[in-house]
Amino acid sequence: MIPPLGPLHTVNRPPGAGVLESCLAHLTEGAALLLIEDGVYAALAGSAVAPRLTEAGGRHALYVLGPDLDRRGLARRALVPGMRVVDYQGFVALAANHPLVQSWV
Amino acid sequence: MTCKRLLFVNRHTPRAGARAAEMLDAALIAASFGQEVHLAFLDDGVFQLLKGPAEADVDDVTTRFAELDDCDIDHVWVERESLAERGLVVADLIIPVALVDRDSLSATMAAMDMVISA
Repeated sequence: MIPPLGPLHTVNRPPGAGVLESCLAHLTEGAALLLIEDGVYAALAGSAVAPRLTEAGGRHALYVLGPDLDRRGLARRALVPGMRVVDYQGFVALAANHPLVQSWV
Repeated sequence: MTCKRLLFVNRHTPRAGARAAEMLDAALIAASFGQEVHLAFLDDGVFQLLKGPAEADVDDVTTRFAELDDCDIDHVWVERESLAERGLVVADLIIPVALVDRDSLSATMAAMDMVISA
């Protein structure tokens, strides 16, 4: 049986802000993570936070907003394995399907 | 006018408000007054120099760095650890830089007449 969806957590701050680490430490069962705005820099493969994201990806869905990757010139870069790119419609669907959206700013 | 060694410290992403653009403006003004200008990029500031594909809407400030004349700014320092922690290498950057480790950058900062941060 698929467990019910938990909160959708969004992170809009870059890796050096320490916000993502705090968010990752608060993911509960069924929670998903979506990186937006400057948060998308954390999706790059090979970064210091990548192992923690990969680990979280074993238990949680990981998403990154494609248009925000594009605007930062990151569209063709390798991303953390398991990271799924969504567009604005995907963002809306995620927000609609999860019972709660929590923003980490 | 006495020539001073000025270091502008960039620690934030190109879209973190107007910080990046205003730091570059200030650095260019200082350079135009004949000061010895240094730029340092560390923490999330390294993303200011990240080049994107030609068709990407790369940030204005990144484009401006690419157009910097060699004679404008004397030294561009990038912290090795900050780059590595973000999964980046020197080849990802839009201009030639001097890669320095954290300890060397600290020593560089300490040797300046003035350090400007935003």
